[in-house]
Amino acid sequence: MTRKQRRLVLIGVSGIVLALSLGLVLFAMRDTIVFFRAPSDIAAQGFDEGVRFRLGGLVEDGSIRRETGQIHYFRVTDGGASIEVRYQGLLPDLFREGQGVVTEGAIDGSGLFRADTVLARHDENYMPREVADALKAQGVWQHGDPAPGTQ
Amino acid sequence: MLIEVGHFALALALGLSVIQMVVPFWGARTNDPVLMGVGAPAAVGVFALVLFSFGVLTYAYVTSDFSVMNVYANSHSQKPMIYKVTGVWGNHEGSMLLWIVILALFGALVAIARNAVPPKLRANTIAVQASVTIAFLLFMLLTSNPFERLDQAPFEGRDLNPILQDIGLAIHPPLLYIGYVGFSITFAFAMAALIEGKIDAVWARAVRPWTLGAWLFLTLGISMGSYWAYYELGWGGWWFWDPVENASLLPWILGTALIHSTVVMEKRDALKIWTILLAILTFSLSLMGTFLVRSGVLTSVHAFAVDPDRGMYILAILVFFIGGSLALFAWRAPLLRQGGIFAPVSREGALVVNNLFLATACATVLIGTLYPLALEAVTGAKISVGPPFFNATFVPLMVPLLLLLPFGQVMAWKRGDMGGVAQRLAGAILISVVLTVIVYGFTYGGPVAAPLGVGLGIFLIVGSLNEVITRAFSGGAGFGDAMRKARGLPRSTWGTVTAHAGVGVMVIGIAATAWSTERIVTMRPGDVAHVGGAYSARLDAVFPRTGPNFQEDVAQMTIFRGDRAIGQEETSKRFFPARNMPTTQAGLHTVGFSQVYLSFGEPQPDGSLGLRLYYKPLILLIWIGTLFMALGAGIAMTDRRFRVGAPVRAKREAPQTGPAPAPAE
Repeated sequence: MTRKQRRLVLIGVSGIVLALSLGLVLFAMRDTIVFFRAPSDIAAQGFDEGVRFRLGGLVEDGSIRRETGQIHYFRVTDGGASIEVRYQGLLPDLFREGQGVVTEGAIDGSGLFRADTVLARHDENYMPREVADALKAQGVWQHGDPAPGTQ
Repeated sequence: MLIEVGHFALALALGLSVIQMVVPFWGARTNDPVLMGVGAPAAVGVFALVLFSFGVLTYAYVTSDFSVMNVYANSHSQKPMIYKVTGVWGNHEGSMLLWIVILALFGALVAIARNAVPPKLRANTIAVQASVTIAFLLFMLLTSNPFERLDQAPFEGRDLNPILQDIGLAIHPPLLYIGYVGFSITFAFAMAALIEGKIDAVWARAVRPWTLGAWLFLTLGISMGSYWAYYELGWGGWWFWDPVENASLLPWILGTALIHSTVVMEKRDALKIWTILLAILTFSLSLMGTFLVRSGVLTSVHAFAVDPDRGMYILAILVFFIGGSLALFAWRAPLLRQGGIFAPVSREGALVVNNLFLATACATVLIGTLYPLALEAVTGAKISVGPPFFNATFVPLMVPLLLLLPFGQVMAWKRGDMGGVAQRLAGAILISVVLTVIVYGFTYGGPVAAPLGVGLGIFLIVGSLNEVITRAFSGGAGFGDAMRKARGLPRSTWGTVTAHAGVGVMVIGIAATAWSTERIVTMRPGDVAHVGGAYSARLDAVFPRTGPNFQEDVAQMTIFRGDRAIGQEETSKRFFPARNMPTTQAGLHTVGFSQVYLSFGEPQPDGSLGLRLYYKPLILLIWIGTLFMALGAGIAMTDRRFRVGAPVRAKREAPQTGPAPAPAE
């Protein structure tokens, strides 16, 4: 084979692999991406039943209820609106009233957010960025203030 | 006073780094050996200064000097000594200082290493390394001074984030940083080659031990981090495709590609421009990883409280080095002499395929990691890209690569033939197919992917060992002969075989996770719960206990295999009053390579205790496999050809002729 032909083989194979992986990426993007929404977004724009998304905000004070079988109910608020969440399973160590939280799941027919994931954080001062933005949008928290729930 | 001296040492190191950058660079331009010679002592001096500075900070931690802001914010007088020391790098300022210490260490090692590096290349490399050191020293001094004092020394510190009070933290970040920062040397070598406009097999030989070393530590660092997350976070997962994990995986993937492409360059004088580009991109990804972790732009389980101003500064460093190096690449790369050409079916062809798949896989992970950021910047929509995305893109790219791996390994250089390769691998293929079918039969009804994955792992192990066996027994050699031949094989061959077999071991461990089980239960003392496989667990007692700087509730459990008790484990929920923060300590019971994993939940309203119980068959193989991979890199580093050109020790001669040291790790 000449240099040109060999180069063509190389380019051809690379092209195929790249095209396949691009296809994979686009295909995966379609089904696996989850949007983040704050309670006020839901209140303003409504929701589609059964569509998964991430819900973030603060755990409303006094809203946590526990039932036997490791079932938890709590409300997530961003100051503007709040949504009732149901989660079965073990909660992360840093889950507390007044703390930032991100949950993933979908809203069912009765308007209850059924979460299958509640995200843990490493640091009690840390506020998930999306939650911080959502709180700022509602004027609850300004950057530079101590994060709610840390003091 | 000592604290201020430590701070001053950093400033001195900055000044000396400027000398380390300018003088050798000028010497290389003017061909002046004296000026080039300034690089080595300067590099050693910078290292000594930053090491001293690091020592001062460590001293402040050990003596609990709360007049230092950083110590106050991250330490506690009651904390066990080991966590006082590891707390030095358990925070932003300290970990950046560790970064710089390692950066300077590598600069100094290149300066004093005796392996065969042409003086100009070495001088330019030291200069480029110094430029990176300068950027990070400026960053430290301007935005993250670890020696900042408090006006009034508080009585007690705020303690280290309890999740970081673990032996895993003592090991994970330094290993990871040595890996990350180790690629700075490869980067510096690439820049030096571009500056000089010359690159050849000598360059490849000079840079390869460094690449292997950096890769070795990055492998161990990632592996350690994975195991740490596995037992510390209490979720039983070993990889979460978390953005920060991806940030360490990205340079690892490209670094793997780089190791393989430098082989082609060394043996066949080809892939030169590509190798330079890989070296640049690998370190760029290391820098990006540092930026992502330190700036907090990504939502991640790793995100600690962060300061956006620092993020901007690191972003500036990132743009400067990535942009600058790519610009230099675009300008100078066309001047490099084109390398040789080769047939598609050959060892070098196989290594190109390896690079192609690894680079593509790296690109998909990069897209998945950065896409949420890009989308938010453009449309404002906030999304998360989680494990399903990566499983759907990364895994399909890795499977063909791993399937092809043993084929490439037995392929001849220059011109391979598929028939011969298939013949040599026939045994390995047969063994793995038979074993796959047997495993499938034993686990019939379980997930189908698991036996296939195990089969792939076996193929990788047998296929890798195959190379040693065929080479040892070539020409109908007898057993004794074969052993001698096997011993005589180059270290780099042994390294390759060990690392590739390690990949196989890891693949088996990963495949076996499909058989793992998770149960969420509520138990009272005396209750027995089935965990998975033949294992069950009995809750014996729940009681409170006091530790040095925490209180905990402990659940004591007995593990049963069938009806027989095989051991006791504890899992607990700890509460750290200084931070008002709880953590969960998992209880792990190891049987062979498998583990029973117990995780303390929370007390239920009816007085019982919530627990998570996992059975993780063969899970330890994941980390054992990575250890073999790192070991393989270590063996390959000691190959004698990396020392060619260095003074060779003659037998029974005075030592001042200079024993050739191994390429510095």
